[in-house]
Amino acid sequence: MTHAAQFRAGLLDARLPVPPGLTDGQGRPAGRRYAVYRNNVAVTLTEAIITGFPAIASLLGADNMQRVAGAFIRQEQPRTPILSQYGAGFPAFLAEQDQLSHLPYLADVARIDLAMRLSYHAADHTPLNPAILAQPDEATLMATRLSRAPSLETVSSRWPACSIWRYAMGRTADKPAGEAEDVAILRAEFDPVPVVLPTGGQRFLDALRADATLGDAIAAAGDGFDVAATLTLLLSHNALATPQPKG
Amino acid sequence: MFDHSHSTLPAAPGVGFKASHFAALTADSGPVRWVEIHAENYMGAGGRPMAQLSALGERFPISVHGVGLSIGGEGPLDADHLARLKRLIDRVQPASFSEHLAWSSHDTGYLNDLLPLPYTEATLDRVAAHIDEVQDRLGRQMLLENPSSYLAFEASTLSEPDFLRALTRRTGCGLLLDVNNVFVSATNLGFAPLDYIDAFPLDAVGEIHLGGHDEDTDDHGAPLLIDSHCRAVADPVWTLLDAVLMRTGPKPVLIEWDTDVPDWPVLAEEARRAEEVLSRLEVSA
Repeated sequence: MTHAAQFRAGLLDARLPVPPGLTDGQGRPAGRRYAVYRNNVAVTLTEAIITGFPAIASLLGADNMQRVAGAFIRQEQPRTPILSQYGAGFPAFLAEQDQLSHLPYLADVARIDLAMRLSYHAADHTPLNPAILAQPDEATLMATRLSRAPSLETVSSRWPACSIWRYAMGRTADKPAGEAEDVAILRAEFDPVPVVLPTGGQRFLDALRADATLGDAIAAAGDGFDVAATLTLLLSHNALATPQPKG
Repeated sequence: MFDHSHSTLPAAPGVGFKASHFAALTADSGPVRWVEIHAENYMGAGGRPMAQLSALGERFPISVHGVGLSIGGEGPLDADHLARLKRLIDRVQPASFSEHLAWSSHDTGYLNDLLPLPYTEATLDRVAAHIDEVQDRLGRQMLLENPSSYLAFEASTLSEPDFLRALTRRTGCGLLLDVNNVFVSATNLGFAPLDYIDAFPLDAVGEIHLGGHDEDTDDHGAPLLIDSHCRAVADPVWTLLDAVLMRTGPKPVLIEWDTDVPDWPVLAEEARRAEEVLSRLEVSA
């Protein structure tokens, strides 16, 4: 085993002995000096999960969050040194934890936390000029293709995940009601906010991502879709972008 | 092989940038003449971080300081990460780019700590090859920072200053001398900090770091200092800075404060202290 492989092996497993060949600089075994590195790795990765999933941290409380995040970092380390991207596997990890099975919505709330981070760091865009939608000719309007802002993220949940997220983050005192919610993360300038999409809104946005025309996206959204309310919501948060020239 | 330009940062105080200080720093930067960012915090596509970085770049010389390249790693450098770094450097056109003599990634992923390596001819070859690759890819010289050490490797055959000197000769890289790291390592491994400074290739130093440390003890009750960057710079580290600057002349001096980040006036006061040290130097010159 190489120096680094030996050094690495014990960092995330405190049951393993201190690797051989390490000293205090005076010839004595390194002992708990090695634990400084163990501690740095565990504390900083755990902290990255806690700060990266603030709604989960709020729902679980400090002690439980510390335990769950501490277990997760041993299972999955960051794939890149960009810590703002760390934790893609955390929602699924939460769903697998038997002791959290009484909180079945946690994974979806975690997906909102993750989507908020992605949105925060996403590319900037030039918001769509709403005048484009004031087409007098309906056929031309329905053939128009609308672009989603790069910062627009969605999370579809069987649970009232957005209401739970807002409650957990102290954005509302209203107790979440027990209905499924499709959630959009919208970033008007720099600060993303999660909002509940109207019925069919998720399907509408999925169709836009697949480059559907406005007419086809409305058809994809299905019965009961309120196109005016949805477009008003999206435009008021700068969630549609000026289409970029192709090519 | 790159020439010894080291960096174009001013020989004046700088601070590690924190988003919470953006408004105060841009309103009145006090003694602060340049800022340093952690490269990995600015690898997103847009949003507030990149907007703040653009605004900072219009006001201050920028130092890009990487923490994730794993230059001391056993495997090849991460080509994707190097490409991200290249994009950032091209965008920011910084006055300096620096990284660490350490490794942080292994086959299971990124460990988010600056991990140590033994100083041998074999590791020297590997680190030199990595520095060559970074400098070729970025098209510029880099500075390499001396680590904080909590332990030593029996396998080491070279001293840290000799290892760093050999790297500067082979690759043309410059050095970032972290004076707090010298004090922390000297205390932890039982050597005299001034002996280290006297052995250090000071002519290659392009930037100096200062930061706060915590105090702990090892199994034998010996002092064990932790490079935590969570408090003000300790008095003996300021004294050591004096000794370094007496030997090198004025250099860019950065205050690092990364956790338990204080309000802006507290950090600005640390920068003011660095300014005092630098101005005393000019008087005595």
